[in-house]
Amino acid sequence: MSQLQAIALSCERGGRPLFAPQSFTLNPGQAMQIEGDNGSGKTSLLRMVCGLAPTASGEVRWGGQAIAEVRHAFSRDLLYLGHSLGLKDELSALENLQTASVLAGHPVSHPQALQALQSQGLEARAHLPLRVLSQGQKRRVALARLQLSKARLWVLDEPFVALDTLAVHALQQVLRNHLQQDGLLLFTSHQAVDLGSAVLPWRLGR
Amino acid sequence: MNAFFAVVARDLRLAFRRKAEVLSGLFFFVVVAALFPLAIGPEAVTLRHIGPGVLWVGALLASMLTLPRLFENDWRDGSLEHLVLSPHPLGLLVLGKILAHWLVSGLPLVALAPLLGLQFDLPSDALGMLALSLLLGTPVLSCIGAIGAALTLGVRGGGVLIALLVLPLFVPVLVFGAGAVEALSSGLGAQAHVSILLAMLLPAVFFSPWACSAALRIALE
Repeated sequence: MSQLQAIALSCERGGRPLFAPQSFTLNPGQAMQIEGDNGSGKTSLLRMVCGLAPTASGEVRWGGQAIAEVRHAFSRDLLYLGHSLGLKDELSALENLQTASVLAGHPVSHPQALQALQSQGLEARAHLPLRVLSQGQKRRVALARLQLSKARLWVLDEPFVALDTLAVHALQQVLRNHLQQDGLLLFTSHQAVDLGSAVLPWRLGR
Repeated sequence: MNAFFAVVARDLRLAFRRKAEVLSGLFFFVVVAALFPLAIGPEAVTLRHIGPGVLWVGALLASMLTLPRLFENDWRDGSLEHLVLSPHPLGLLVLGKILAHWLVSGLPLVALAPLLGLQFDLPSDALGMLALSLLLGTPVLSCIGAIGAALTLGVRGGGVLIALLVLPLFVPVLVFGAGAVEALSSGLGAQAHVSILLAMLLPAVFFSPWACSAALRIALE
């Protein structure tokens, strides 16, 4: 049973609370879009949900158990895409994807990785070092990771930044597919995102 | 285990595509070892006497040169977050990073040292012992240095701080490493020194990844 629960999560920066304690539940097939002003703690909240940042109070549960107790199972089910994409400039898109998939615990084959890049329109650049790619193209490489991912829970920090209209549509399609396959999605975005009815808006504030 | 090899392969590949970073340490070692005989003069007895110490100090400083970058690039581009969030044990992945670091910055020193030792008129058995002591000693330097690199991650002026943190811990390695060659030359036999180097290597390999993981998790908070 994969259900994400946040129970009275709060975060402190410099001794001051960043936001009021947050509690929410996310079920399979549901998405939650976290909104808030700059500096309202969206990224901090996502990092706490992933277990990267310590919580000032409260806890995160995956399938009813605290994530610290089920760390192995949780990290197999989790895909986190932060502000920095975790891609290596010196490696090609293909090498980046394959290494990332092994580290995420779901290795993909060469043709699979190539196909994912193809669907992002990057097949001609699959073997180029990433540093010659544009910012948006790098983002697309990171999004190709999403397509290859078998993780149940996707936590995406501003996934729509630096993408052109076509890529935004493609990403929305990928996210919709994920939700249809009973995946869970937690993301931040400043723009309106069309993912059907499954999106719960969540406003962060003090 | 696949993830371990994936990390090693990735870091080796990165090292070969950023040759300048790797070669700087090696170049430093060669320059130091080449300048000493020129400055001290061609007195064979003196050179033979100082040779092991100079080469060991050179190797130690050279392996320290590349330490600050061990985790920094991963930290900057966000790959460190993916390592921490990976379902594989972080210690194993860190061990892979340390191994890759040693392969590109420690192993070449081991291979070069006997060649540079010729300038100090070291006899062949001393050259062999020099290579052996470095082979056992440089991984210890990488393991201890990695802890320093993880602890100073994201700190401004981290390079200096690493030196302050790890140099005192490098001293025993230096003493027994250079001492092994000395002991062999003086006819005492180097077995005790080699055993002690081994005794330092095993706990270093065992505990370093664990300590690094803890430090890296804190650095990411």
